[in-house]
Amino acid sequence: MLEIKNLIAGYGEKEVLQNLNLLFEKKALYAILGPNGSGKSTLLRTIDRIIKPKGGSIYISGEDLKKISHRNLAKRIAYLPQKSNSTPFCTVFDTILLGRKPHITIEPSKKDLNIVENLIIEFGLEEFAFRKIGELSGGESQKVLIARAISQEPEVLLLDEPVNHLDPKNQLEILSLLKRVTVERSIITIIVLHDLNLAIQFADYFIFMKNGKIYREGDQNIIDESLIKDVYEINVKIINHEGRKFVVNAF
Amino acid sequence: MERLSLEKRELQFVKNSITKEYLKSIRVKGVVGFIIFACLVVLSFISIGTGSLNLSISEVVRGLMGNSENSYVIWNIRVTRTLGAMLAGASLGMAGAVMQNVLRNPLASPFTLGVSQGAAFGAAFAIIVLGAGQAHSYGTEAVTVIKSYPVVISAFLGALLTVGLILSLSFLRNITPEAIILAGVALSSLFGSATMFLQYFAQDFQVAATVFWTFGDIGKAGWHENKLMMFAFVFTFGFFLFHRWNFNALLWGDEVAKSLGVNVKFLRISGMFMSAFVVSVCTAFLGIIGFIGLISPHLVRLLIGNDHRFLIPYSALFGALLLLLSDLIARTIIAPVILPVGIITSFAGAPMFFYLLIKRRRF
Repeated sequence: MLEIKNLIAGYGEKEVLQNLNLLFEKKALYAILGPNGSGKSTLLRTIDRIIKPKGGSIYISGEDLKKISHRNLAKRIAYLPQKSNSTPFCTVFDTILLGRKPHITIEPSKKDLNIVENLIIEFGLEEFAFRKIGELSGGESQKVLIARAISQEPEVLLLDEPVNHLDPKNQLEILSLLKRVTVERSIITIIVLHDLNLAIQFADYFIFMKNGKIYREGDQNIIDESLIKDVYEINVKIINHEGRKFVVNAF
Repeated sequence: MERLSLEKRELQFVKNSITKEYLKSIRVKGVVGFIIFACLVVLSFISIGTGSLNLSISEVVRGLMGNSENSYVIWNIRVTRTLGAMLAGASLGMAGAVMQNVLRNPLASPFTLGVSQGAAFGAAFAIIVLGAGQAHSYGTEAVTVIKSYPVVISAFLGALLTVGLILSLSFLRNITPEAIILAGVALSSLFGSATMFLQYFAQDFQVAATVFWTFGDIGKAGWHENKLMMFAFVFTFGFFLFHRWNFNALLWGDEVAKSLGVNVKFLRISGMFMSAFVVSVCTAFLGIIGFIGLISPHLVRLLIGNDHRFLIPYSALFGALLLLLSDLIARTIIAPVILPVGIITSFAGAPMFFYLLIKRRRF
């Protein structure tokens, strides 16, 4: 369980997040939605303590995040930023192995190598295992980065727009992979997404943010036309088709 | 049913083969390291045997054992020179690898950032202004004896000043790698002219003691200098190797490194600080030696990739190999004249620098 209480965070003098309260449960996939600049990425960074909160607390399984060392935190929370440096010279294996860094004392153990190997197989990356990242397609390299995050064996997995710039097939593949991992490994997965329909298809809970505040949160039932209009300032129509909601633009 | 078990067995086979292949790739990297090391050993014997008096390998071995008429020359001139070249080359190569990592800049190196020039200025300052060099005459020749500690400390402060400027520049937003190198060029010429300014007002023997810094000269390495360089190298090498996984994480950017538990600020500042330290010790004794720190990590990357578990030690080994080779060329190309080694490294290094600039090679 991950609990956020009265969280205030930002950069320099600016407060981006204002007094957030949230509760996350295991085995569930959470989608954070909202317009650009609403504080979605800042929230993920604050949960991973990449930026220090200005106020409030975050608890992971009842433990205050402030009291956990960065190294130990890396064993419990994994984070995939929206953009990371391209390092085309690293092989797929080495990249995923890097996720074991918080667990490695001197050199990787048999267990570390096994975890990497199993992830390579689970993610269908066998034929690329020793290729360099620079030689992979966008979808493949994104899978590698997600595998690296999962190899940390975290309780909480944070992903900032993991399917941007990917084709529809890869988007579906990666999100269903994440959904499966969330349930099988019994972790909390929090994903920043822009595509409302993908969010509805894969997420269990939805957190809508606007101007650094939680605008509304809950399951699929909270999503309606007026919510989307209020949060994104666009007019949409929501269509029910075979028991699922679809958001379509209405001009 | 049978099909299923077959698939399972196949999966098991695939499973084992991935780890096996990984371990194999690690062994291959080990072999590459051994080959570089073996080349270094062979070259060091050749280096010890080469000079105004050429010795064969067996003569070198006998001389090293101490039971030949060549022992004095070997131990007090050839070995110190060879060891000095290896230590300085290793220090520069290793510092280059770390600087390229923490500044995320393929063009970074002690020479291109002006760190070597800053150290040389610091050393010149100690000798000319603080009087850390004294003239003694032995017969007709005036020999300058340099007090090593004040010179090293002053060189370190000069290098540190440069590193401080580079770091604060690189923390500014939207500074491209090329702009950092331009800043390095500006700093180099600033320190270069400051050194010349000091030399202009210095006495003859002080100028003689400082002028070689512009080129770099391995001949200045004696046992005392080598001991200090060895200490600086071992200390820094240990520190860098301890952080090898952190350097690997930093390759992926600050956010990824932080999320993997790396103290990015500490790593970046201490990495530059330690690089400045090890470079300033070499520069204080041997002068400015360009391009070894730039080229060595790039060549190693071509051989074994960008894993800092290997990149750091191999850049040191390769740097030692390159500088020893350069020194050997400097001593033999127009023998009996011994060229300053910096001239050779610059001749070989400048084309490589252009290549990197044009290719914008990433890592």
